Amino acid sequence: MATAPSTAAAAGLPWGPRALIRRARSGDEIARLITLIFALVVVVIAVLLVYQLWTNSAEARHRFGLSFFWNTTWDPVAGQFGALTFVYGTLVTSALGLLIAVPLGLGAAIFLAELAPRRLSDNLTFLIDLLAAVPSVIYGLLGVFILVPLMRTEIQPALKRTLGFTFLFRGPEYGIGLLTAGLVLAIMIVPFIISVSREVLLAVPGDQREAALALGATRWEATWRAVVPYARTGIMGSIFLALARALGETMAVTMVIGNNPTISPSLFSPGYSIAAVLANEFSEATGNLYLSALVELGLVLFLLTFVLNGLARLLILVTTGRGSVERT
Amino acid sequence: MNLRTLWRKSVNIIMLSLTGLCALVAVSVLFFILGYLVYHGGRDVNWDFFTKLPKPVGETGGGMANAIVGSGKLLFLAALFGIPVGLLGGVYLAEFGGHAVPFVVRYTADLLNGVPSIVIGIFAYALVVMPVHHFSTLAGGFALGVMMIPIVLRSTEEFLHAVPRSMREGAMALGASKWRTISSVVLPAASRGILTAALLALARVAGETAPLLFTAFGNRFWSPGWSQPISSLPVMIYTYAVGPYEDWHQQAWAAGLVLLGLVLVTNIVVRTLLSRGASPQRS
Repeated sequence: MATAPSTAAAAGLPWGPRALIRRARSGDEIARLITLIFALVVVVIAVLLVYQLWTNSAEARHRFGLSFFWNTTWDPVAGQFGALTFVYGTLVTSALGLLIAVPLGLGAAIFLAELAPRRLSDNLTFLIDLLAAVPSVIYGLLGVFILVPLMRTEIQPALKRTLGFTFLFRGPEYGIGLLTAGLVLAIMIVPFIISVSREVLLAVPGDQREAALALGATRWEATWRAVVPYARTGIMGSIFLALARALGETMAVTMVIGNNPTISPSLFSPGYSIAAVLANEFSEATGNLYLSALVELGLVLFLLTFVLNGLARLLILVTTGRGSVERT
Repeated sequence: MNLRTLWRKSVNIIMLSLTGLCALVAVSVLFFILGYLVYHGGRDVNWDFFTKLPKPVGETGGGMANAIVGSGKLLFLAALFGIPVGLLGGVYLAEFGGHAVPFVVRYTADLLNGVPSIVIGIFAYALVVMPVHHFSTLAGGFALGVMMIPIVLRSTEEFLHAVPRSMREGAMALGASKWRTISSVVLPAASRGILTAALLALARVAGETAPLLFTAFGNRFWSPGWSQPISSLPVMIYTYAVGPYEDWHQQAWAAGLVLLGLVLVTNIVVRTLLSRGASPQRS
């Protein structure tokens, strides 16, 4: 609102009470005010969101303080709430997801941006975008009925035979568990990594490529040594974006992680994630302390994704040189 | 020297084919998903599925008529809340904004877009469910609407920016006021893009499960009015998939196929329309 006089002056419009009335009558000021109100609704919602999370988790925050984060006991009956097992499950599954999704997504993005003919690249990107639109409960459905049996009968025994000497692949093969959840997450976040990385790679100036090729580099060397390093920050951005998605992903993880609050070094063991415990227990939480402990978990999740998204946006902005800030 | 060239050339070929393989794997996931859903759920998408209520627990048969209507009602509410806010907010950002306010609005919209959907569910629970002490259609619609706002807002802004400056200037030169210019020249020119963006946003929230779990909750019967718990397709898929009955699993597959079909068809139609018409500035 403070900018109204300056824009009017800049445009050479008359500025004064009478002119103001005239402009108001023409509807411009009214339209401006109405649209401004609707734009501010967005800000109000965000502020309310933070406020609700903060106040509704007050009881748990006061009662447990920081010990909430290193306490592993989650016992609603005894009124003991510690989040460590859930934080552990969330971090491990997300890390696993990234470990699988980053090479796959980056490889595919390189193919789409650097190698594939434009038409093929556009068509494949179309399919990738469709993949990003598949609801997460569908991934969960396929996870439960296709991936879990496959893990139990084929993949986990094979892993145990070959890599069983490490502590990571031990224990009974349930099918469900941290590894399966990580795998589902990987499949879900690959489309995001691909589409953002592709855009970032396409934004790399052609000179970069041509200079490397002119020096005698092979196509791969030009891509890997000249193009990818140039786009490095943007690619990091796409990875952070994907990580934020993985951390907050609820349904697919809830359906395959096993929902068992334990911390075990084996990736075969069932686990529990922040989002999964919210999905399972929130609607039946009895008592204020229980509820506020759950809301505090939501607050933690919110803060994690908030920081990651902010970083991601900054990195992508730096590389592509366009984005939310410059688009006025 | 020759050996080194050979080595570099083979690395080149191997790595390039590997990237192709990555792309192939990524894309084939879509066909796997579709294939499995059609294979397992195709048989059970029949007349009963669309017209009958769920049978009592333990009996086989029945359908998901209430969940389909429920999803429709929730989406209607979401659109009612999300589209006006997103659209008019987007008009402000693109047409009236100065510097400070649009920056803040854009920033919060991006922030809101990144909030995990389950956290949106907690928000809607605290704001709508807690004061009245029961789950309701309204709360579910509100949660989905909140998720739609940032998408509609940012795409409205983008499509408005894509309208050529000369059109605005033409209208202004004819003596139209700014609002007149926007409402009868700029918005109609961008309307197709905005409409498709709104549809994409609807398709996105149509598949959301997490924010509905403790707002709309679920219901095995019809839910008249707007203040009772209501069933929806995604929540039904979840409940049936993790439930213990074979018949439920079959119906979960069928519901999954219907939901994915709706989402994919909307996406395909909208995206094809978009790529044909005036698209926003993309690379």
